[in-house]
Amino acid sequence: MTATTRKTIECPVAGGDDNERYSLRMGPQHPATHGVLRVDLELDGETIIECTPQVGYLHRGFEKLAENRTYAQALILTDRLDYIAAMSNNVGYCVAVEKLLGISVPMRAQYIRTIVGEMSRLCSHLLWLATHALDIGAMTVFLYCFREREILIDLFEELCGARLTFSYPRIGGVRQDVTARFINELERFLHLFPSKIEEYETLIDTNRIWLKRTVGVGVVSGEEALALGLTGACLRGSGVDYDLRKHQPYDAYDQVEFEVPLGSDGDIYARYRCRMEEMHQSVRIIQQCIDQLPPGPIVGEDAPDLVMPNRAPARVEVGSSRYGTGLIRLIKEREVYLSGDTYVATEVPKGELGFYFISDGSNKPYRMHIRSPSFIHIGSLATIARGELIADLIANIGSLDVVLGESDR
Amino acid sequence: MTIIIMLVQIIILFVLVMLHVAYATYFERKIIGHMQVRMGPMRVGWHGLLQPIADGIKSFFKEDIIPAQADRPTFLAAPIICLVAMMTSLAVLPFAKGWVLADINIGLLFIFAMSSLSSYGVVLAGWASNSKYSFLGGMRSMAQVISYEIAMGLSLVGVMLLSGSLNLSQIVEAQGDSLFGMYLVPQCIGFFVFFIAMLAETNRVPFDLPEAETELVSGYCTEYSGMRYAIFFMAEYIGMMVMASIGTVCFLGGWNGPFSVPFFPPLWFVLKVYAFMFLFIWIRATLPRYRYDQLMDLGWKLLIPLALINIVLTACLKAMIG
Repeated sequence: MTATTRKTIECPVAGGDDNERYSLRMGPQHPATHGVLRVDLELDGETIIECTPQVGYLHRGFEKLAENRTYAQALILTDRLDYIAAMSNNVGYCVAVEKLLGISVPMRAQYIRTIVGEMSRLCSHLLWLATHALDIGAMTVFLYCFREREILIDLFEELCGARLTFSYPRIGGVRQDVTARFINELERFLHLFPSKIEEYETLIDTNRIWLKRTVGVGVVSGEEALALGLTGACLRGSGVDYDLRKHQPYDAYDQVEFEVPLGSDGDIYARYRCRMEEMHQSVRIIQQCIDQLPPGPIVGEDAPDLVMPNRAPARVEVGSSRYGTGLIRLIKEREVYLSGDTYVATEVPKGELGFYFISDGSNKPYRMHIRSPSFIHIGSLATIARGELIADLIANIGSLDVVLGESDR
Repeated sequence: MTIIIMLVQIIILFVLVMLHVAYATYFERKIIGHMQVRMGPMRVGWHGLLQPIADGIKSFFKEDIIPAQADRPTFLAAPIICLVAMMTSLAVLPFAKGWVLADINIGLLFIFAMSSLSSYGVVLAGWASNSKYSFLGGMRSMAQVISYEIAMGLSLVGVMLLSGSLNLSQIVEAQGDSLFGMYLVPQCIGFFVFFIAMLAETNRVPFDLPEAETELVSGYCTEYSGMRYAIFFMAEYIGMMVMASIGTVCFLGGWNGPFSVPFFPPLWFVLKVYAFMFLFIWIRATLPRYRYDQLMDLGWKLLIPLALINIVLTACLKAMIG
């Protein structure tokens, strides 16, 4: 696992002289660095000799901010991590806090969370495909993907009123129940979507230029991927069977059937195929969840004060101003607060998103650490891109699917 | 007197071409828009018809920024070199029988010379900007033009052999008695090579590496703004039109058509050029971009050998028939 991951450079360095090198600071303002990533490059012609990713331009200090907020309040910070798949982050956070505080979640809420988590995955994968294709130069795929993503975002709006930053899952359940209209619209989308995936594939998979740009480029072997800490589709593209939804199920993932698509080559094309297959699997999961959706409460018995007050059975006397503002303060005397620490990881579209909490028994985390997949994926860029061309670097950034909001936190 | 007539003709051509360029951008934005399930320009004028005019006025009034580190004279000259070279090649294009400004005997060579010259503009722009992305864009452009100019020149040798002339009007007339009034059938290999080289020569997708937006920000014109950027843009569109015209003249039979048009003889020519332009745009909406080394592979390992084979075949054909 500690195998060295430095690739040997096959390109001849002109004269071996440092003066022949051409250094280029790519980003933070660059059309293809997906936000504010900066990559310091040492080039020989267009071949990358040294590649150093620099992060931190979007640092907002979420981990520190969380220390001054109650568990319920810190939820909204997770919206802003991976703003493309905010719902998955919310779910991940809630699952982690529930584990820490020992709160149980009713089945209906678990199913709803699984549905929205997978919708979020579709959103994220669509945006990934759009920008990845645009990076490689295929402009039309970009707009096709946005067309379908718009339907999903409208569905989210129908569900909880927000389009990007939802804060819809709550510790111990979800905020509101799903409506019949939401389910109907979602089913219509699920019916339509597989044909749309085929449409993207016709534009991309049958294209010789696309294959030339992706097959055999940015290769990461399974061992290398593990050593670099890659997770998600980047790891599965290298043939390592690791998916938290399958192997460490949370919410309703153990109730539904799905496959974990695996690649074998570990190149950009394998990662692309993995994500495309994942979209099919997500559709499958959502459909099963809708079919199995059990009736019942959407908020756990032991956590009513962690969800919206008007949706939860009131435990406080009428007229109390304790729940005056929208998000609730936790009651300090709750017995569920335990000292200790916990690390809980969930499978978000980008990879493994982990929350590590240290609790000192108060209603705020003593320390919250976020293991963000994007941060670790950016770190691997140096190894993957070395010895390849600038154009491949761009394709690699797209293929690793990084979001700087999550990486810089 | 002849000079005045000549000048008037030049001005008419200039104005027409400028209008064409303006509306070629509109054409492109509309077509790509509809291919990408959106509307394209809709706000200025009916269905955005005045958008090109608005764009022109906007670029005229924009601040002309020249980077402090730039090599000033070269920086200023580069876009003009591009535009002048492209405009000059218009002079030898035969739009219809007798509708040509300069009916010279080396028309085809002249156009090659001019289109190579315009790549100087690109290379110098990349050099003079003194910016890293521009420099890489200029270098890419230089390598690309050198490789593809050869393939393109060789692909047209077949046409020269068949028609026995370098004069563009005579090339069109020589095509009159071949199948469909065009060289497309006997010169299909040549046309294939020419078409790909044409895309590369005009820096269009999938060969738009010198200005690859996601890699080099905007390539050689990264540092340009306002009118100077617009001049590069104009040069690119005139370049597209010139290349489309060469394709029309050499392979599609120029102004020859199924029947002659009484009042507007260049109709067939214009239609064919627009068919080419549509292909350019269609390809842009469909294909991703080649990588630098793959572009070179394609040029040297596929196009040039194919073009050479075409020359041999055409020469044999000509020897057997003629």
